Amino acid sequence: MQALGPLILSWRSVLAPGIVALTAVVTMLVGSGLSEDESESVGWIALTGLVAAAIASLAASGDHIVTFGGSLIIDDYTAFFYLLIPVCSAVVVLFSFDYVAALGLPATEYYALLLFATTGMMLMAGAGDLIVMFLGLETMSISAYVMAAMAQRDPKSSEAGLKYFLLGAFSTGFLLYGIALLYGATGSIKLEAVAQMVRKHSIALSPFVLLGLGLILVGFGFKVAAAPFHVWTPDAYEGAPTSVTALMAVGIKLGAFAGFIRVLLIYLAPLHAQWSGVLWALAALSMTVGNLAALAQENIKRMLAYSAIAHAGYILVGMTAGRSEVGPALLYYLLGYAFANLGAFAVLVAVEQAQQSGTKLDDLSGLARNHPMLAAAMALFMLSLMGMPPLAGFVGKFYIFSVALESRYVWLVIIATLNSVVSAYYYARVIVAMYMREGAERQAQTRQPTLLFALAVAALATVIIGLLPHPYISASSAAYASAEQVLRPATAALQTK
Amino acid sequence: MTPINYYLGLGALLFAIGTVGVLIRRNLIVVFMSIELMLNAVNLTFIALGRAMGSADGQVIVFFVMIVAGVEAAVGLGIILAAFRNRLTVNADEFNLLRW
Repeated sequence: MQALGPLILSWRSVLAPGIVALTAVVTMLVGSGLSEDESESVGWIALTGLVAAAIASLAASGDHIVTFGGSLIIDDYTAFFYLLIPVCSAVVVLFSFDYVAALGLPATEYYALLLFATTGMMLMAGAGDLIVMFLGLETMSISAYVMAAMAQRDPKSSEAGLKYFLLGAFSTGFLLYGIALLYGATGSIKLEAVAQMVRKHSIALSPFVLLGLGLILVGFGFKVAAAPFHVWTPDAYEGAPTSVTALMAVGIKLGAFAGFIRVLLIYLAPLHAQWSGVLWALAALSMTVGNLAALAQENIKRMLAYSAIAHAGYILVGMTAGRSEVGPALLYYLLGYAFANLGAFAVLVAVEQAQQSGTKLDDLSGLARNHPMLAAAMALFMLSLMGMPPLAGFVGKFYIFSVALESRYVWLVIIATLNSVVSAYYYARVIVAMYMREGAERQAQTRQPTLLFALAVAALATVIIGLLPHPYISASSAAYASAEQVLRPATAALQTK
Repeated sequence: MTPINYYLGLGALLFAIGTVGVLIRRNLIVVFMSIELMLNAVNLTFIALGRAMGSADGQVIVFFVMIVAGVEAAVGLGIILAAFRNRLTVNADEFNLLRW
């Protein structure tokens, strides 16, 4: 039995997610008293709450505390995601305003669910035991299932929600069984205690630990959309309303990777020899399947879904290397990926509304003439996702690949580089359609200040993070180092006993 | 006292039945029931392990999992219902609008 330390309840640690959850409740209460036309204004409440949470996250930085009996960890790593996740959700809210009204989605429920999903993502980043991690994952996923199916009259939306739900719930079963087996082998669900136990050779190689590890990899593999667990991704991304797809491609990825990186790279690092082979295969498969399938897509949402799978592959390349140098590269990569994707989906939302059209590649034809600003922004985001210097996508990719190369994963880096070359084709196709193909003459419609603001935020972030990477890299390094530090005193204390 | 391996074995068996059910059945309701079966197999495993190790964690977790399973049932049946209204079927094979 391990001795119980003093019970620390750090309220600062739950401040940011608490604000988001509370705002969700307020949103529901206020929204229920408003008529259908008025209820769109609850978006502003949601936005205020998210901004407040982002500011409150600054209160969490600079600490290394394991709080609530080990359930929550508060350190710079948590603070990093506590800041990034609400900002991303706030951008989604910004370009949702008119879109929600245009699709006739129930606004109160939309914003409340968006906030609950955000709470779940943040909990995943700060979780200190596997059950809080699981609860965060479910809070995030269940909200997202509903949001995907929210356009009730649209058979595509309900089909997307259905597929997302069934495969998501299926993967939850695997994750949970993995947690149960790890619990059986180590006697604890606290990440810290699990990490101490797997350091002992006799436990680390027991079938319980290995099977549990495998099942946890399957569960997270589903959530981050890594091949071969990606089959739900294209359908869910294509069918869901575009603003929800943005949340799925950015927020959910961030939450899932925040948890995945913390569990695997920091707490299960002693088992690197066991999991690195599996991750190698997942990474290679995700990149190849994602990029090759994206080549054939005519729908941009579906193309971006395959691109998201490929990007999960690039991140997994870094995770395979598993050294502590790669941590900052992963966080930096997520940063660049998040803003480029947010921007791309914001453009799609704008195009859908301005032209009353779908999201086929043909619908973007001639966009450069009809909406030069939108086309320029889209081109910027495509170039960043492609990995064109000096944008954020390039720096992140370069950083991850070089660390993987230092760790002697030469073949994996070769596969990754070849894949990057392939990916240039389908990203460039979007740019070609916008600039070099004639489209129907279309009337520019309503200007939306919030959407333009969201676009500007995403575009600026993509450029600045790429051009001036140093502050962001050092922030990522500090975040990752502090996550590692939380573990170190505990293991040191164990050795001196 | 029944050895713990019996419980773990039963849990693994139920989990396997649930997994196979999800993979081979085409009726959405049955698929969903199979998922619930998987979650309950995990619950059994948690309780057995918690009891064997004399720790309360395993049993407390089950409450959380039950709540999550309940929420999933509410949301899942709602989504299945919405899909049924649009397509008038609960056969998984007929949901093929999204395909390339």
